[in-house]
Amino acid sequence: MPQSADKVIDHENLFREPEYQDMLANKKAFEFNHSDAKIQEIVQWTKTEDYKQKNFAREGLTVNPAKACQPLGAVYVANGFHKTLSFVHGSQGCVAYYRSHFSRHFKEPTSCVSSSMTEDAAVFGGLNNMIDGLANTYNLYQPDMIAVSTTCMAEVIGDDLNAFIKTAKEKGSVPQEFDVPFAHTPAFVGSHITGYDNALLGVLKHFWDGKADTAPKLTRVPGEAINFIGGFDGFVVGNMKEIKRIMDLFGVEYNVICDPSEVWNTPTDGEFRMYEGGTTKETVERALNAKATIIFQEFSCEKTAKFIGEHGQEVVVLNSPIGVAGTDRFLMEISRLTGKPIPAQLEKERGLLVDAMADSQAHLHGKRYALYGDPDFLLGLSEFLLELGAEPAHVVATNGEKDWEAKMNTLFASSQYGAACKAYPKRDLWHLRSLLFTEPVDFLIGNTYGKYLERDTGTPLIRMVFPIFDRHHYHVRPIWGYEGGMRVLVDLLDEYFETLDANTIVAGKTDYSYDIIR
Amino acid sequence: MSDLRQIAFYGKGGIGKSTTSQNTLAALAQMGQKILIVGCDPKADSTRLILHAKAQDTILSLAAEAGSVEDLELEDVMKVGYRDIRCVESGGPEPGVGCAGRGVITSINFLEENGAYDGMDYVSYDVLGDVVCGGFAMPIRENKAQEIYIVMSGEMMAMYAANNISKGVLKYANSGGVRLGGLICNERQTDKELELAEALAGKLGTRLIHFVPRDNIVQHAELRRMTVMEFAPDSKQAAEYRTLAEKVHANKGNGIIPTPITMDELEDLLMAHGIMKQIDESQVGKTAADLAA
Repeated sequence: MPQSADKVIDHENLFREPEYQDMLANKKAFEFNHSDAKIQEIVQWTKTEDYKQKNFAREGLTVNPAKACQPLGAVYVANGFHKTLSFVHGSQGCVAYYRSHFSRHFKEPTSCVSSSMTEDAAVFGGLNNMIDGLANTYNLYQPDMIAVSTTCMAEVIGDDLNAFIKTAKEKGSVPQEFDVPFAHTPAFVGSHITGYDNALLGVLKHFWDGKADTAPKLTRVPGEAINFIGGFDGFVVGNMKEIKRIMDLFGVEYNVICDPSEVWNTPTDGEFRMYEGGTTKETVERALNAKATIIFQEFSCEKTAKFIGEHGQEVVVLNSPIGVAGTDRFLMEISRLTGKPIPAQLEKERGLLVDAMADSQAHLHGKRYALYGDPDFLLGLSEFLLELGAEPAHVVATNGEKDWEAKMNTLFASSQYGAACKAYPKRDLWHLRSLLFTEPVDFLIGNTYGKYLERDTGTPLIRMVFPIFDRHHYHVRPIWGYEGGMRVLVDLLDEYFETLDANTIVAGKTDYSYDIIR
Repeated sequence: MSDLRQIAFYGKGGIGKSTTSQNTLAALAQMGQKILIVGCDPKADSTRLILHAKAQDTILSLAAEAGSVEDLELEDVMKVGYRDIRCVESGGPEPGVGCAGRGVITSINFLEENGAYDGMDYVSYDVLGDVVCGGFAMPIRENKAQEIYIVMSGEMMAMYAANNISKGVLKYANSGGVRLGGLICNERQTDKELELAEALAGKLGTRLIHFVPRDNIVQHAELRRMTVMEFAPDSKQAAEYRTLAEKVHANKGNGIIPTPITMDELEDLLMAHGIMKQIDESQVGKTAADLAA
């Protein structure tokens, strides 16, 4: 056997040993697998225009959608509030998925409980699970607030959260005045950004609109503060820090509504922090009085934006601005709303980003990119790519709709580099695979799941989209603000130079271009 | 076990499905058949006439008490009634909560896993109203009921429901073994009822198995929580049910894959039998008073 206790071979190399190679070959023969030639024939066919046409005519099937389900967004929101435990009314397995998904990305524990619905709950309704679940959550984990959302199971049988939570309180699960905001988040509707929207709306409604008819509605007393809502963001740890730094530089009074940046970035010092940071209830209530709310990601907050607007505030809606012009717009909105000038420090950082872009511009100019992810991120990043003279050639949003496509087209039309670019709403990664074969690009920007496209098509992958499981700690540095723009620029350049080096590394053959200075 | 016949009674709510099925099954029991009735209605009244009482211990109510279905024993839920007919009721949630369809699935799985069908000649499923979701189609899925009997009458909506149920049967017929055994017309004394029932059966590609005439004795038996077969075995009505039972018994393997029709075809059928005049657009939406004026 190739494996021995003295020298343990990792699986990366173990299965290349002759014993395993023989076994795999035998297995293939035993299973009457297709011949290598036949498999290659089909592989080659999937690269053709003919296959692409069939692929894009596909109706009843989604292959590798670039989106997750609503409750994931709801769990994200719950994590953004101070001492709040996320409670998902549904089965345990669903909740295990949300927890592991976040933990694999942020490399931090993610706390979330379920009402542990089983077959009898599916038949009789999950009221008893809600009653016991809330009581257990309250007593075991001592949260200040429990934010409830739902999985498919509870939604299909039509469990009514409002009535269930009221009944649970009557039965003494939690005290009457204990805050239990809720949101129905059917996983088969929309995506994680819909769930973010619904859950955040649930929290704001709870505190501003009378706690499900158990308290008087709050009255708005107009003030000078600015609210900030980030939307679903895989880089929240770095981004939120950057947003707060910008607000502090301005010297404005601000409320961040939903801030999970601290609970997903806790130190190892011997103390487990189940709850850390997050928006407090007082901040949520105070936020009603703000002068305006800046929503950084429109498509994460469609219902929330409307709700806030109806409560007497100006709502400024952005599309995850990234790069120079996008960040300019964000800062100028803060300046306009508060009457404060752009801080000199930020002006300087803008100059530094422009300087860096100019230094490297020759390398990125004319490069073609394929990118996928959430609608707002794609708008922001595409704008930055166009600023760099690069082309966001294929832009795929599984959870993007017609209105997103229209915004993308307006953006493409605003730049000479946008002429050959196209947005693909409601398409998946298998569509993108076809595009990468028939209309190849230089680089792919996506999440960890993009590595299969990188393997199949040979397009180098830049990881800039949630979730990122196979690279560590990307989330601690921002992609927003001028500082974030600098990071994105460096990431784009790194991949370009790595690829260039890899293409020129053969001694005596291609190394005439294997240069020291790039 | 290989001789086990599994049948199911479907039909519009209130059509007399449970009454018809229980009388038919009681007649089969008199013929010496060993019978198990599985009530698939949250109201749990599919075995009332056999047991002389409404079954209180439904599978799902006991499962809820015990914590889960796995904690139940077959003896807890199986009741024995008239002529040793075994009865179980799946039960279900209170109106307005939970999912009754899932309850049917849970119950039938429980019965199969616990050998409730062992030693039986007949298993009969009594299913509520229309096939509103996948759960209520459980008895017609593969390896369950081989023949479906649809209880109907000459009323428009009963025929509409019969057609809908045929669609459900058709959906599973091609992938599994389920067949439409035939229609059973429970007389409502509507116009040309027998002709209509036969015509609909013809359209669906099946037969009218039996036309059960209306007889007040059924009410008298029901008031005593009994089947007519037990209450008055020598009555004319009991003979009707006996005939029906014999026809069902002889119908083994004669089920067909139904050919459901469209709503328009169904209306055409009513017109062809003169129940409805040619659709006159000027009459649509007019009340009887309007038309008289």
